[in-house]
Amino acid sequence: MAQTPSIAEESTSTQFSSQQSITLRIAKYNPEHDSAKKFMEFNVSYEKWTTVLEAILEVKKHFDHSVAVRYSCRQATCGSCGMIINGKPRLACFTKISELNSNVITVEPMNNFPIIRDLAVKFERLFDTHHKVKPYIIRDDTEITTDTKEFLQSPEELEQYIQFSNCIKCGLCNSACPTMATDSSFVGPQALAQAYRYVADSRDKGKDNRLKIIDDSHGIWRCHFAGSCSQVCPKGVDPAMGIQLLRGYMLGFRS
Amino acid sequence: MRESIIMKIHYGTALAAVALVAVHVLMRLTQGFSESLEYDSIIANYKFLPYAGMLEIILILLSIHGFNGLRVILLELKQGRTYEKVVSYGCVAAMIALIVYGSRTIIMVNTGMI
Repeated sequence: MAQTPSIAEESTSTQFSSQQSITLRIAKYNPEHDSAKKFMEFNVSYEKWTTVLEAILEVKKHFDHSVAVRYSCRQATCGSCGMIINGKPRLACFTKISELNSNVITVEPMNNFPIIRDLAVKFERLFDTHHKVKPYIIRDDTEITTDTKEFLQSPEELEQYIQFSNCIKCGLCNSACPTMATDSSFVGPQALAQAYRYVADSRDKGKDNRLKIIDDSHGIWRCHFAGSCSQVCPKGVDPAMGIQLLRGYMLGFRS
Repeated sequence: MRESIIMKIHYGTALAAVALVAVHVLMRLTQGFSESLEYDSIIANYKFLPYAGMLEIILILLSIHGFNGLRVILLELKQGRTYEKVVSYGCVAAMIALIVYGSRTIIMVNTGMI
């Protein structure tokens, strides 16, 4: 019977032939046993195209298979491998070692998320706030009950929100947000950007409902426009702009 | 009250306060700094009702804006149903107390108590 390879045995297609190497510092922390985070250092070879995720997987394969890391697609689509790389929230699969210009690379779990273990964090709060803003088209009618098979949009109408539909729910924006760090009830830039995505959609009829949801004491008004969410977004979503545009609706500048 | 209404009031009071405080500062510039702080000068200001009225409005605007700002900061520092209620009602009470105390000075001057 064929055996399924474990994660530690999983082979990578990258062959490390270069002599270049870096020191990879990985934060190790298990909330059930450890009182504080500690760093393990590993010497890892790399090519100019090697990503931080590939380096972490090399460590798992050759040095310490107990390193906990979440990943899946390896092409910045699934949003699983968000972590703090050299002090900045980034996707590990989308960050090349060569572009960091450092001989020491430190990887830590994302800020503002509870840690499961090492680099893996809990996403419950992100998904809860995401669901809270009703991230779907709300309409009374449906294409099943009408003669129209499509809800047509002009290119201009599409332009209003298309950028915001690129969100992959990686949580980097929430990790970078200074309000998320202090306000445990804050809805967060990810959910607010998604609220804007649907409010600005010409097919959607749930604007009033959605605006009411984010109009509370820990909603949209707690954003201080630090802009760090937009700085770290790997998909160019620009949640900070979405939040300001959403405020335009709430202040009556947009309808 | 909805947070959007509170924040509209917050922004509105800030804009109005900037305009009125500018008028207040310009009025002070018509005399020397130490002269404007003399006892008789201050009493005269309070007895001139249009100016006293403007000071009263500035007091109300800044109290509302300042205490709402404090409420927002405190709500971000800590969360919890009871704590948030205490902070919100506490800030409204402090705001009213400050307005009453400031208004009392103007009223006392104009009723001849000072």
